[in-house]
Formats: sequence, structure tokens, C-alpha cells
Amino acid sequence: MTGEQKTPKSPRSMLRKVFWVALAAAFGIFVGISFLTGFDTGRKMGTTFGKTTLTMMTLLPCAFVLIGLFDVWVKRETVEKHLGAGSGLRGYFWSVLLAGTTVGGLYIAFPVAYSLHRKGARLGVIFAFIGLSGICRVPMSMFEASFLGAGFTAVRLAVSIPLVVLTSAIMGRILERRGYEVTE
Amino acid sequence: MIALLVVTAIALIASLIASRQKTLAALKRAAVRFGHILPAFLGMLVLFAVTITLLPAEVVGLLLGRESRSIGVLVASAIGSLTLMPGFIAFPLCGALLEQGVPRMVLAAFSTTLMSVGVLTYPLERQYFGTGVTLVRNAVSLVIALVVAVIMGLVFGELSG
Repeated sequence: MTGEQKTPKSPRSMLRKVFWVALAAAFGIFVGISFLTGFDTGRKMGTTFGKTTLTMMTLLPCAFVLIGLFDVWVKRETVEKHLGAGSGLRGYFWSVLLAGTTVGGLYIAFPVAYSLHRKGARLGVIFAFIGLSGICRVPMSMFEASFLGAGFTAVRLAVSIPLVVLTSAIMGRILERRGYEVTE
Repeated sequence: MIALLVVTAIALIASLIASRQKTLAALKRAAVRFGHILPAFLGMLVLFAVTITLLPAEVVGLLLGRESRSIGVLVASAIGSLTLMPGFIAFPLCGALLEQGVPRMVLAAFSTTLMSVGVLTYPLERQYFGTGVTLVRNAVSLVIALVVAVIMGLVFGELSG
């Protein structure tokens, strides 16, 4: 499994990219004007954007390098065995562990899930991983508990983890039956 | 954040020692995929900057604290879905609201939707999973958040009265 599978460039996906870049450009102009004219709200948006972009620009390249290394080094059989069609409940167990130790939010979970799926992880497991990487990251949960109490966090985890796993399994099964495919 | 940098560096060095060729292939793939997702990501960052400026933590706090319980849960899940807020802002805010007497079920609805329902990450998610699946996954996550809120209310005795 080497060689990046080329996704066909549909005009719609190109159009979407152009849209986002244009939006960002318009935003840049708006912020620029705000700074020139001293429009406070616009200036705040600009600084917020700058700060988050800086954080993201260290977080994201790291994440993508790790994903790239994963793509190259981890054998398809390994992923298939633990997260694939025959993995049963074990696959979901792994998805809880993986999600618990992941960093960032949903935006990191999507490319990771995509990579796992291309290596043979079944749909239910990657949907569970996405949902869980939002709700059960360990450092975040500990932080939450320190502000809202351990009881709060325990109830939240005890209710949401089984529900996410269950709904993801159902979603995965329905989509697999329909021949759904993930694209990038 | 530093831990992530260290882990990445170690993994990269180990990979380089094991095989230069494979490492280069990995980096190339990382760059291609990063470039592919970058426009949607840029869009998300713009939307984030706009919403967090127009709807800062203090305003969210006011909105969550004012409403009655059931309305509060609905408002909280709407705001949680709409915004993206890092945990180091969201949880101290929730902690302060709890001290002000905002019910835990409202805070549960807010924090759970904040973490698992993404209106702002929608463009990104759709690029990977398509419109239909993205909508369904987010709708399901919203329902789960509401269930969490109700059970939170039951456990902490906030449902009655």
C-alpha cells in the first residue's frame, strides 16, 4: 500500500477551495481596513485569528507528520486486525483508548480517522473515534473535573461514551451496507 | 503542545534512522494532505475568529446564566454547537457559572456540544465524510448531549422543582 491514491479533482471541490481562500482574503482585507481605521471589533478578530493560526501552525504540521509516518510504517494488516471488520468490540475499545490520548479537537480527529479508515479500520470504529476524541480526551477531562467536580465528569463520560459507541456502530453498519466510501 | 513537538521529533528521527526513503515518502504525503485540507481549515479559522469576537466568553456566560432550566439546556446546546472554544477557556467559564448557580445540566449541554457538535468544523468534516454523513453525525451528537444533560439533571437532582 504505497502511493497516494489520487482523488479526482471535481469542479465542486475546487470551487469550495476557491470559496474558502476568497473568504480568508476578504477577511484579511477587512482586518487590514479595521487596523487602519481603528475599528475595534475588526482588530480583535484579526488578533484572535493571528493567535489561533499560530497555535494551529505548530499543532497541525506535527499531526500531519505523525499521520504521514503512520501511513508509511504501520501495516494494513495490523490496523485491519485490531480495528477492521472482524475486530468486534475490541475495535471500539481501541477507539476509546486512541481518542482518550489524542490531541486537539475534531479538526485533528478527521484526518486521523481518514487515515485509519484507509488502512482498513471499519466505519463504526472511526465514527466512534471522532465522537470520542471530542468528549473523552484524558487531559481535557481532568481539567474539566478540576472545575466542575469529578462527579460531573464521571456522569458525562459514563453516559456519553456508550452512546457514542452505540450510535457509531449503528451508523457504520448502515453505511457499510449502502457501500458508502470516504473521500478526502 | 511541547509534548507533541517532542513526540513528533522523536518519531521523525527514529523513522529517519530506519529508512530515509520511507521518511521522505511520509513527509511528502503529509505535505500533500495538509495542502489539500488547508483552504477549508483557513475558512474554519476565519469563522472561529469572527464568532469568538462577536460571542466572547462573558456573553456566553450571561446567556447561559439567565434562562430557565429547560430553555437553558436548549440555549446552551445551541451556543455549544455554534462556537469553538478551547478547553482552557470553556471549563473555567463553566466553573464560574456553576458557582453562580447555573444548573449542571445546562453546563453539561454546553460542554458536550462544544466538544462534539461542530458547526464551524462542518466544512472540514464534509470534505472527508460528505454532507449527509456529517449532518447525521452532528445531529446524533446533539441528541447525545441532550441525553447527557437530562441524566446529569437526574443524578444531581436538578430536574424537580
